[in-house]
Amino acid sequence: MKSLCLLMCLCALGLASGCGKRETRVEVANRQQILLYGNKAEPQDLDPHVVQGVGEHQIISTLLEGLVAEDPKTLDPVPGIAERWEISPDGRVYTFHIRANAKWSNGDPVTAHDFAKSYRRILTPSLGSLYSYMLHPLKNAKAFNEGKITDPTQLGVRAIDDHTLELTLECPTPYLLHSMASHYTWWAVHLPTIEKHGDPYKPGSRWTRPENYVGNGPFILTEWVPNSVIRVRKNTNYWDAANVRLNGVDFLPIESIDSEERSFRAGQLHRTEELPNAKIDAYRKDNPQFLRIDDYLGNYFYRVNVGHPALKDKRVRHALSQAIDRQAIVETVTRGGQRPAFAFTPPDTEGYTSRAQLKFDIEGAKKLLAEAGYPEGKGLPPIEIHYNTSENHRAIAEAIQQMWKRNLGVDATLRNEEWKVYLDTQSATNYMVSRAGWIGDYPDPNTFLETFLSYSGNNRTGWANPEFDRLLQAAGCATNQAERYELLQKAEAILLDELPLIPIYFYTRVYLLHPSVQNWHPTYLDHHPFKHVYLEAAAK
Amino acid sequence: MFRFIAARLLQTIPVLFVVATLAFFMVRLMPGGPFDAERSVPPEVERELAAYYGLDKPLARQYLDYLGQLIRGDLGPSFKYANRSVNEMIASTFPVSLQLGGLALGLALLFGITAGVLAALRPNSAMDYVASGISMTGICLPTFVLGPLLILVFALNLRWFNASGWFDASDRVLPALTLGIVYAAYVARLTRGGMLEILSQDFIRTARAKGASEARIIFRHALRGGLLPVISFLGPAAAGIITGSFVIETIFQIPGLGRHFVTSAFNRDFTMVTGIVVFYAVLIVFFNLLVDIVQVWLNPKLKF
Repeated sequence: MKSLCLLMCLCALGLASGCGKRETRVEVANRQQILLYGNKAEPQDLDPHVVQGVGEHQIISTLLEGLVAEDPKTLDPVPGIAERWEISPDGRVYTFHIRANAKWSNGDPVTAHDFAKSYRRILTPSLGSLYSYMLHPLKNAKAFNEGKITDPTQLGVRAIDDHTLELTLECPTPYLLHSMASHYTWWAVHLPTIEKHGDPYKPGSRWTRPENYVGNGPFILTEWVPNSVIRVRKNTNYWDAANVRLNGVDFLPIESIDSEERSFRAGQLHRTEELPNAKIDAYRKDNPQFLRIDDYLGNYFYRVNVGHPALKDKRVRHALSQAIDRQAIVETVTRGGQRPAFAFTPPDTEGYTSRAQLKFDIEGAKKLLAEAGYPEGKGLPPIEIHYNTSENHRAIAEAIQQMWKRNLGVDATLRNEEWKVYLDTQSATNYMVSRAGWIGDYPDPNTFLETFLSYSGNNRTGWANPEFDRLLQAAGCATNQAERYELLQKAEAILLDELPLIPIYFYTRVYLLHPSVQNWHPTYLDHHPFKHVYLEAAAK
Repeated sequence: MFRFIAARLLQTIPVLFVVATLAFFMVRLMPGGPFDAERSVPPEVERELAAYYGLDKPLARQYLDYLGQLIRGDLGPSFKYANRSVNEMIASTFPVSLQLGGLALGLALLFGITAGVLAALRPNSAMDYVASGISMTGICLPTFVLGPLLILVFALNLRWFNASGWFDASDRVLPALTLGIVYAAYVARLTRGGMLEILSQDFIRTARAKGASEARIIFRHALRGGLLPVISFLGPAAAGIITGSFVIETIFQIPGLGRHFVTSAFNRDFTMVTGIVVFYAVLIVFFNLLVDIVQVWLNPKLKF
């Protein structure tokens, strides 16, 4: 037994001697200018025309660049692959001039044809792109995408010459440049490379393997071990390579948020994707230098099934909404600096704040409920709150359950379901009240409001209002921004009056960031253009 | 012996067929499909994707196609990870699980057998109580407690190891230890029981009477029989340790097969779920066969 103990001690010592109190990965990476980035989920793919996730954005944004790029502080469009552009007076024709020195990572020049072919690719139905609707502002794009027209020359995309690309739109779309800068669906892929690895108009291509990948962004893909690491390194062929300060980024897909936080503490990550709610207060108190809380363009809300007999009266829906103390939820339940939501569109989205606002008013709520025929909740069946399995969603649902009971005398029950079952239930509108979240694709109220169009697949409440549909369609083709926002204001007022949803809070991104990371700014989409970021080891 | 193995291998064919069939239909019976997402998928896009993956055909046809593929050893493309096939995924992740499982099993046997033998030599002594106590603790501590505990001590406080990842040799230590300790505890209890039974038998007394040294008695005579319960435990344990490492792989961020198995069910990645189930079935059948062979070889009472 003694010798065994000794042996174990020796083993432990032997292992430790190689690494005892060694430099952490972050310290090594600071010297090498390699950012270690916790990226949550393993990416589905790295083809910008196939993927759908946020984690994928972070990786693809190092490998590809659009015609316009994002300003690191404001995310406003700045020149990217295009050095300048003109917009016609009616706002329907955009002409982009592509830099002469823009190159693919294999040395080929980036041309207007690359973009024209790429847009045609993502809109081709057989590719099955989940996000192709982002390009629907282009003329005839929707019809082509749905297979109603098959002639690609009718698309509003034309390469005038190698360096000039002309986009023609269905309607003036004021958020177009923002969307082009921030969303990967608008970035070009290198078609000759994809053709080498199979049919470019079918999913499942292997061109995104590290040995095959050709991009036009500040970094190139060098290694991809599924569920372990994705490494990108500086692309010397990038047009602005001289101003890229990082030598590379290692993306670590750490699914468990507890493991991720421990990895950060062990000095293995510069940035985590999230932070467990239970740890927020501890970081606030003991290690505020690591804690980051950024406003995020998203709304956490409850869908209400307006077809349900108990909920079809909008007074009941308003009563339920008015009885929720949102301030208490963000302060005591979520605790991550979220803002209570009294409208659907987050405040000051590109200068738009909803004029119509909901309120917290228990007396008013009681009165509405009585008017609807349920004084003090009598006669109203228990409201079932449906959510996908998660500690955080459960905590919020329990808080709301209590508020409804205490403030209105209304009983509520909870039903949680595994993610895909939950989605299935929600699409079938087979619920009473169901938890939901919506993150904007681009900074504009339209990305929120359009989800409640009667024909939108994202509506899922059974609510349909012809006037709301009409206002949104009219806003789509409004000629100036003031007129457009006015139409959207009216639409949001209808939405908040009819209330097929109960907004609860506006999201924030809560994460940990190592102080050595420089030129990193809070942005409402959680985008941090990596070409501007650098590491400074001295800052500890 | 050859006939025994051949017969056993033939028996596995219907087993695998049933497993593949059940997995194929069960994964499709679950509510929710592979392309469901928070953002709705336009119907025309869903149609294209279904056609690409053959989901638009009648179920019977899909099933026959799948069996045809399976016979050729092709498990199909992953629905979730667009540019990878299930075969590739298994090929890249299984060696990781195997390595982790092998190390853990090695540790389990090393510590488990040593502790078990020591305990059996002096039953009801202080040493027995210590060894049994430790192994009982090992059995009771779930890996999701032990793992973070080890990380806290060795990664966060002592800084000897990384808290997660699978890059350097040192990254193997904590996960293998976490997974191994639980199994070591079982091995120790089984060894102790087996050894106690053997040590009380006549042939051991005879060996003692003939003046054989204590070491010779333990290693030469007793261990062979005393380990039989451990061997029969080893088959399912080896399969379990390699296939059931989901928790460890999640805690330590290890790119192994266990994690894929669980996440693929969440993703409704039909081909991936069915493929991994079939692969695991093959693995379990193989381990059980191996154990049967070793048992006959060690136990003179059994024959092929």
